[in-house]
Amino acid sequence: MYQPLAGEIELMVTIAIDAPDVRIRGRKVVGGVSEGEALVTSQTISGWGGVNPMKGEVIESHHELRGVSFANKILVFPGAKGSSGWSGIFHLTRLTGCAPLGMLYNTTTTKAALGAVVLRVPTMTDFDSNPLDLIETGDWVRIDADAGEVQIWKRQAQ
Amino acid sequence: MVRLTDDESAMRDGRDGAAVAKAMDLLIRYADALGAEDFVYTNNVAGVPGSSPQWVKDYYAEDGGDYRAVFSRFDLDSDEVVDVPRMNAFSCHLQGGMDPELWREQGMSEEAFVNFATDEREVADHGIQVLKTCTPYLAGNVPVMGEHCAWMESSAVVFCNSVIGGRTNCEGRESTSAAMLANRVPDWGFHKDDYRRAQHSIDVQVPVDTIREWGMLGYYTGSAVEDSIPMLDGSITAPTLIKHKHFGAAAASSGGVEMYHMVGVTPEAATRDHAFGGPEQGERFTYGQEERAAVYERLNSIGHSHDVDYVMLGCPHYSIDQIADAARMLEGRRVHENCALWIFTSRAVKATAVASGHEAILRKAGAILMTDTCSAISQAVPNGTKVAAFDSAKQVHYLPAMMGIEGWFGTTQDCIDAACTSRWQGRLN
Repeated sequence: MYQPLAGEIELMVTIAIDAPDVRIRGRKVVGGVSEGEALVTSQTISGWGGVNPMKGEVIESHHELRGVSFANKILVFPGAKGSSGWSGIFHLTRLTGCAPLGMLYNTTTTKAALGAVVLRVPTMTDFDSNPLDLIETGDWVRIDADAGEVQIWKRQAQ
Repeated sequence: MVRLTDDESAMRDGRDGAAVAKAMDLLIRYADALGAEDFVYTNNVAGVPGSSPQWVKDYYAEDGGDYRAVFSRFDLDSDEVVDVPRMNAFSCHLQGGMDPELWREQGMSEEAFVNFATDEREVADHGIQVLKTCTPYLAGNVPVMGEHCAWMESSAVVFCNSVIGGRTNCEGRESTSAAMLANRVPDWGFHKDDYRRAQHSIDVQVPVDTIREWGMLGYYTGSAVEDSIPMLDGSITAPTLIKHKHFGAAAASSGGVEMYHMVGVTPEAATRDHAFGGPEQGERFTYGQEERAAVYERLNSIGHSHDVDYVMLGCPHYSIDQIADAARMLEGRRVHENCALWIFTSRAVKATAVASGHEAILRKAGAILMTDTCSAISQAVPNGTKVAAFDSAKQVHYLPAMMGIEGWFGTTQDCIDAACTSRWQGRLN
């Protein structure tokens, strides 16, 4: 079995404890800890008719994320819109393995809240500052929903 | 954390069986996600409980791949499969995937039909009313003012809140299925007085009187206020159930409106102050000639060829008076050989249309009256459809984008004329 050298361990620890560039606080929607690359949109997202659950891809005409998949990303968006099939479509992405790793949204609706619950991924809302102003696509984001904290490492800073 | 009554705790702890316990567990997680403090009792639930295409069942093959597995794992979001008893609440099944008789015409496979029929038997065996419509209020489920409901289907939700004064959020599949078992939904959003008040105002300066005009105003309203609550005042006349149906469906599609107020028309808007629950606030929009023309233009922006090969009516599902009107417009005429005319409604309304002779007139003219679904829900259009026409702003919003076809929007008469001539000649006058 591969044994990391002391220096490597030190390096890993250094990276892991590198202070985040930004921290924001918010309310837990679904608990847990998750981290990954952010996918950010300033536009609300439709579920039914707006997302292809087989790919986790936004398909809505004119949407800035059209053709982009949120699979295995931290999805940062203002909120949910459209059909009452929102939760059902996001639920299907869990079955197809194309769910996001976590979600941050600003506006609480029944669609977004129920969708987050059945996705079972760490999710937060009600922030002390707007994640859409602070997070860009490609940033590294760690959600600790139970602690009510989001940590952000800017892509350029790494 | 949401507060539980003794009864709710007992349900969560399994007093009423495993399925009710799973339903309460999901509803508690959902209430906490919303930040709700309590639950509210409901005995009026409309959703799509347990119905699924075969490919979803295949995901649960290890759990049996049947209705019970899908209801447990998907609808109740349970980690284990439980026995699903008869529902406790008055429960209704909304629209489904195909017509129970004309599924071949809709291009469905034998296999898909068998799956559909099996699900429907399960739905009925679980004590759920098989309404199979997006308009439950036209098929036997009319809430009363103040009644707490748990409904899916954005066009039905906005109708329930705005026109009736019933109280429902735009629920999802999992929350409605759980509410059917537990008789509870989070006491949040439209269940609360404060949440139902107007946030913006729209001053209507052009006459809005016909179904088309109401539909166009609805589409404008959703674009203007997005998902907030508008108060509309001005030259809105001749309100009828059908016009509200088209207005609400359009506003819910273009913007996500779940409730609207019309001063002197809807029950929670006797006056402007009543609608706002105090001083007016928010943005002030104006709907005049310019806005009206822009909406018409936008709804017709995906129409290029005037050769129409499909006319779809019945979004939301046609009421009996709309079917009667369509039959009158079609009497003595024929649907053109290059065009198809499909009209969608509920089974309940179709039964009345048959008894009243409208269905025979439609059939003689070459139109087909279908139930349960619509072209958008079932993604079914006549073979080779390239250009479609609609009298519904909602359907022209969704279907052409979903199916990659062109679409026109106009009056019911424009649509019937297009069906009989295969030419689109609608215009804004």
